[in-house]
Amino acid sequence: MAKHHTLSVLVENKAGVLTRVAGLFARRGFNIYSLAVAPTDDERFSRITVVVDVESKPLEQITKQLFKLINVVKIDELAPQQSVERELALVTVRAESGTRSQVIELVQVFEGRIVDVGHDEVTVMLAGHPDTIDDFEDLMRPFGIDDVQRTGRVALPKLERQAPRLRSVSGKVG
Amino acid sequence: MKLTGAQALIKSLEMEGTEVMFGLPGGAILPVYDPIIDSSIRHVLVRHEQGAGHMAEGYAHVTGRPGVAMVTSGPAATNIVTPLCDAYMDSIPMVVITGQVAYSAIGSDAFQECDTTGITMPVTKHNWLVTDPQDIPQIVREAFHVATTGRPGPVLVDVPKDISNQTMDWYWPEAVDLPGYTPSSQGEPGMIRKAARLIAESRRPVIYAGGGILKARAAEALRALAEMTGIPVVTTLMARGAFPDSHELCLGMPGMHGNYTAVTAMQKADLLIALGSRFDDRVTGKVSAFAPDAKIIHVDIDPAEQGKVRRPDVPIVGDCRAVIEEMVAAIEAMGGAAAQPDRSEWLAQVRAWQRDFPLHYEQSFEEDSALKPQYVVEQLRDSTPDDTIVVSGVGQHQMWASQHWRFDHPYTWVNSGGLGTMGFAVPAAIGAKVGRPDRMVWAVDGDGCFQMTAQELVTAASERIPVKVAILNNAYLGMVRQWQELFYEERYSEVYLSPDLPDYKMWAEAMGCVGLRVEHPDEVQAAIDKANEIDDRPVVVDFRTDSTEKVYPMVPAGGPNDAIILDPSQGEGGR
Ligand SMILES: Cc1ncc(C[n+]2csc(CCOP(=O)(O)OP(=O)(O)O)c2C)c(N)n1
Ligand SMILES: [Mg+2]
Repeated sequence: MAKHHTLSVLVENKAGVLTRVAGLFARRGFNIYSLAVAPTDDERFSRITVVVDVESKPLEQITKQLFKLINVVKIDELAPQQSVERELALVTVRAESGTRSQVIELVQVFEGRIVDVGHDEVTVMLAGHPDTIDDFEDLMRPFGIDDVQRTGRVALPKLERQAPRLRSVSGKVG
Repeated sequence: MKLTGAQALIKSLEMEGTEVMFGLPGGAILPVYDPIIDSSIRHVLVRHEQGAGHMAEGYAHVTGRPGVAMVTSGPAATNIVTPLCDAYMDSIPMVVITGQVAYSAIGSDAFQECDTTGITMPVTKHNWLVTDPQDIPQIVREAFHVATTGRPGPVLVDVPKDISNQTMDWYWPEAVDLPGYTPSSQGEPGMIRKAARLIAESRRPVIYAGGGILKARAAEALRALAEMTGIPVVTTLMARGAFPDSHELCLGMPGMHGNYTAVTAMQKADLLIALGSRFDDRVTGKVSAFAPDAKIIHVDIDPAEQGKVRRPDVPIVGDCRAVIEEMVAAIEAMGGAAAQPDRSEWLAQVRAWQRDFPLHYEQSFEEDSALKPQYVVEQLRDSTPDDTIVVSGVGQHQMWASQHWRFDHPYTWVNSGGLGTMGFAVPAAIGAKVGRPDRMVWAVDGDGCFQMTAQELVTAASERIPVKVAILNNAYLGMVRQWQELFYEERYSEVYLSPDLPDYKMWAEAMGCVGLRVEHPDEVQAAIDKANEIDDRPVVVDFRTDSTEKVYPMVPAGGPNDAIILDPSQGEGGR
């Protein structure tokens, strides 16, 4: 994967807002690596987590142009070291009688769950850091992957960098 | 008070102070056209929706108020896309209302349905699809707010027919509700002081004034800055008139067809003070070779312009007028004019360039002499009041108009800079005349451009909007011809138009205008005088100009500005 950056974009929950964001990326020549959208706890806003390829254009231009969209309320830039990133994947993998136990064992090692079982294949759900999911996919490949569906990553800033005060007051962390 | 959505829409436009709108009705917007009969708003019925959009732009250019256009759905909405894009590129405040098929029918490929908000999303600052008549006042208020604040631009409100017909309880919103829209206008004081220090250290500074000066109504502030510091000013194509051409510090237009002094002063500068300008490729030429020794102070209200093309040493996000006034105060606090370094050498150098490499053309007056387009522009300039509004199309004539006019007042130059829209001049001139009926309005148009939107002269004639049009009729798509001559070995591909077809004089008369024709330089003055006397209808003058004349100076596209080419008769220039 090219050099990437994660942007957490708080948007007004208005019709067409995803089109505005996606359209802006397309017409300004910014590449999107992955994108996830969901409502927040405040129903007026949604959060778009977008992983951008910062080799296509400088991140600064991307965020500035994004911020010009009227429906964009707030943008957090999440550098990989400064954020908690998670992604969910569903993977359908061959698991014939000869290999089934090996597959199950690996699923357990990765703390995944088997969510569907067929005659000679299983569907595994795995949530974790995107790199972990990459690793899992690599390990499953020799068994024969039939299908993979990943959600694209979601992310939030790491807490200790956000709230150093709180940490010293509680005296517990660190 | 119960109103229909349509009535609420017109009333909201009135509340926003709309005095005129440009438009053309049709099925989906029918309900909204009914209350227009009872409204104080003047409606100008155009002949093509592109005309409505450019008229609204022309109106906005000269008044500073948002232009308003109203059209129906489908083909009418697509017809106004070009003006929206034009206004977007040139930051013109404009509010476009489009009709839409009934909300209940959206998505069914109904008659004259098109995804107007989808199509116009990339060319508007924002747009709205109304889904509830109760939202209309709020949306209209927000639309005007977005169009006119921050970096101005066009917005669009798409109103489905059933929404126009439904009733709502009238109210006028006290405030806008746009949590994601908070344009900053005040520049950061620390940065402003830093800018003042850079200026005080600079030996070869140039002020690079752009269209933002006009948007921010900062012409006076700019003048105060230039006069206090004694720094020369270039005015970009979008900023002509923002600083008086007759001022001793004015260097005129830079860029691809800028004059030698403006281009070269920027190249040799040690500091560029970019005020509301955006380092457009038509100004910078090859970016890596642009003003190589210059530090950059960049003032712009749009943060995304900072560093988009050239990284500034001092970025200042804010309204040009507010920032320049603060800058003047900061310079004053540091000792004002007296504390500026001695720049006499630099100014002497600039004067020498001006003396040695002026704009140049030759008009002779033999019996068979061809009429030079530059001569026409200069005669027009010298025969009209100095606050005359000049509107141009796109092409060679546009460059000659910008080069050879003398703009001594802001808001006297209206043109399509960023998009370069042929056909802009006639409707934009009409809109300008509607906005400033007290001023003389001359369009300087090309024969190619004129043919794209000339039918709006019917609008002007029937509405008694007495604009004047000078067609610099060189029988060619001249600017394209020039590139083919210079860069395609004189292989002229699809650029010939004919001087006589159409017959512009007869065409003008058929449209209810006065038509005049000029073929020889000796006839120019009389025709202009005659045109200037007519004030009850539009006038079109068909000036038959020299087809072979080219625009100089010229920086070949993508080339470095140091490679500026002068008129061949001026030799190799200062290279
Ligand atoms: C709508 C549109 N189509 C094409 C062009 C490309 N173009 C730029 S200048 C030009 C020639 C304009 O011809 P004319 O109006 O006669 O002006 P001249 O250059 O001859 O003065 C053309 C075709 C354009 N700018 N806009
Ligand atoms: Mg022409």
